[in-house]
Amino acid sequence: MAEIRNYTLNFGPQHPSAHGVLRLVLELDGEIVERADPHIGLLHRGTEKLAETKPFNQSIGYMDRLDYVSPMCSEQAYVLLIEKMLGIEAPIRAQYIRVMFAELTRILNHLLWIGAHAMDIGAMTMFFYSFREREDILDCYEAVSGARLHATYFRPGGVYRDLPQRMAQYKKSKWHNQREVNKWNENRQGTLLDFIEDFTNRFPRYVDEYETLLTENRIWKQRTVGIGVVSPERALQLGFTGAMLRGSGVEWDLRKKQPYDVYDQMKFEVPVGVNGDTYDRYIVRVEEMRQANVIVKQCVDWLKKNPGPVMVDDHKVAPPKRSEMKGDMESLIHHFKLFTEGYCIPEGEAYQAVEHPKGEFGLYMISDGANKPYRLKIRAPGFAHLYATDEMSRGHMLADVVSIIGTQDVVFGEIDR
Amino acid sequence: MESVTRYVKSLFLWELLKGLGVTGRYLFARKITVQYPEEKTPLSNRFRGLHALRRYPNGEERCIACKLCEAVCPALAITIESEPRADGTRRTTRYDIDLFKCIYCGFCEESCPVDSIVETKEFEYTFEKRGENIMTKEMLLAMGDKYEEQLAADRLEDAPYR
Repeated sequence: MAEIRNYTLNFGPQHPSAHGVLRLVLELDGEIVERADPHIGLLHRGTEKLAETKPFNQSIGYMDRLDYVSPMCSEQAYVLLIEKMLGIEAPIRAQYIRVMFAELTRILNHLLWIGAHAMDIGAMTMFFYSFREREDILDCYEAVSGARLHATYFRPGGVYRDLPQRMAQYKKSKWHNQREVNKWNENRQGTLLDFIEDFTNRFPRYVDEYETLLTENRIWKQRTVGIGVVSPERALQLGFTGAMLRGSGVEWDLRKKQPYDVYDQMKFEVPVGVNGDTYDRYIVRVEEMRQANVIVKQCVDWLKKNPGPVMVDDHKVAPPKRSEMKGDMESLIHHFKLFTEGYCIPEGEAYQAVEHPKGEFGLYMISDGANKPYRLKIRAPGFAHLYATDEMSRGHMLADVVSIIGTQDVVFGEIDR
Repeated sequence: MESVTRYVKSLFLWELLKGLGVTGRYLFARKITVQYPEEKTPLSNRFRGLHALRRYPNGEERCIACKLCEAVCPALAITIESEPRADGTRRTTRYDIDLFKCIYCGFCEESCPVDSIVETKEFEYTFEKRGENIMTKEMLLAMGDKYEEQLAADRLEDAPYR
């Protein structure tokens, strides 16, 4: 009789359900996964090393490109770190703007996650619905920063520009007449804040629709309940953070436990799972979207009532206004100094973590007093989650591996950095 | 009673029908699809697309070769060489932007003290040959001339925020 051997299968990097450039080497016994070995490094761009070669402000754009599904959250970690090391604090309005956009980013990330996760498992429609809502948030991104994804909007000491008073409008074409276009433009008549408010009013209904499609669906349940179970103790040992940890029943949220910016002013709840399986993590993330929406609402209310500066008035860190720069010699010198040399951070080291949609995104920086970091270490939440693939998928079917990497919400920009 | 309800609902595929109800409603709802090449989504006046070099209304180029954009560019995409012109003013003799390197962060526009280098709303461009990714000074100035009206209007609207 022929010897029966395990079959080794390469899953990715070109596989449509292997997120990004994940390469999994799977050892299969029939259809049962014996061992899963994730290979990383295909998207390595050396962000940490690049940051060592340029002044602090120039690396903001690279933080966007770490986790390209939730750009502004990584930016927030970076600017908070620099503010911590410089010992400055952003104006309160800037902090509210940051929190608002961090929460919009959370929705943005979870929308992509729910769409891709559901599509991996076989529900096509979710992807279309979630991308429809993503479009609205990306419009907010673009209105405020000029880019749909890589915003480069937060700065140490505040944000680059205040929120715009006008939204861009659709124009009529041979496909849609003025009446239809007016319908599209209805929520774009006011300011950006009005647009976001309109979105927050609509969004809970959309989440209800997602839940109608998935939560009770028997196929969805068959594919997620009991898949990739992680006990709370094991989740802590593996270094899980974010929804992965909360799905296992550990209540840990940096927004509550170590509040940064104005999160201590916000009223929201932290959803926690019970069983630690894929289904619970799904429930947790869906609830997180609802809670994020609540936070955005609070920020919009506050921002509407309280105009004010969005950048510190310290020209050693923040460039002067353009009108000042053009008329005043000293401002011009500050402008040139800041855009060439930047600023120096006093010698020392600091760690700043934020509750990124995927988990704890931390940045650890050592400064030797120069105008660029001596060393920058990025703690990507996805790395710890991906590390657990082997343990989570052992003994499951091949098709469940797709659910497991879906529920981990891995993005290779941050894992490979 | 509850278990009976659940059994009946499960037997008659209740949750699947509810899901179909959602998709069914959208089947007849107003479509939000934008017919792309003929029709475009709105772009904000802060949009960061392809670059351009602007001129003053009298036709003189704005760039004074201060090289601030070259210094601030995180991706080192800008290369500038300069020389005094016949009338004694300093001007660039070379202003290249490598679009393969550019990350469209907008720092060049932010740093420019004379509003010369700007990012336009142009986002549809292709390269067919090697070397076309380098935008030379002539190409940049031509872009600026082509979109000057739009650029000036967008900058004016954004001026109070910067």
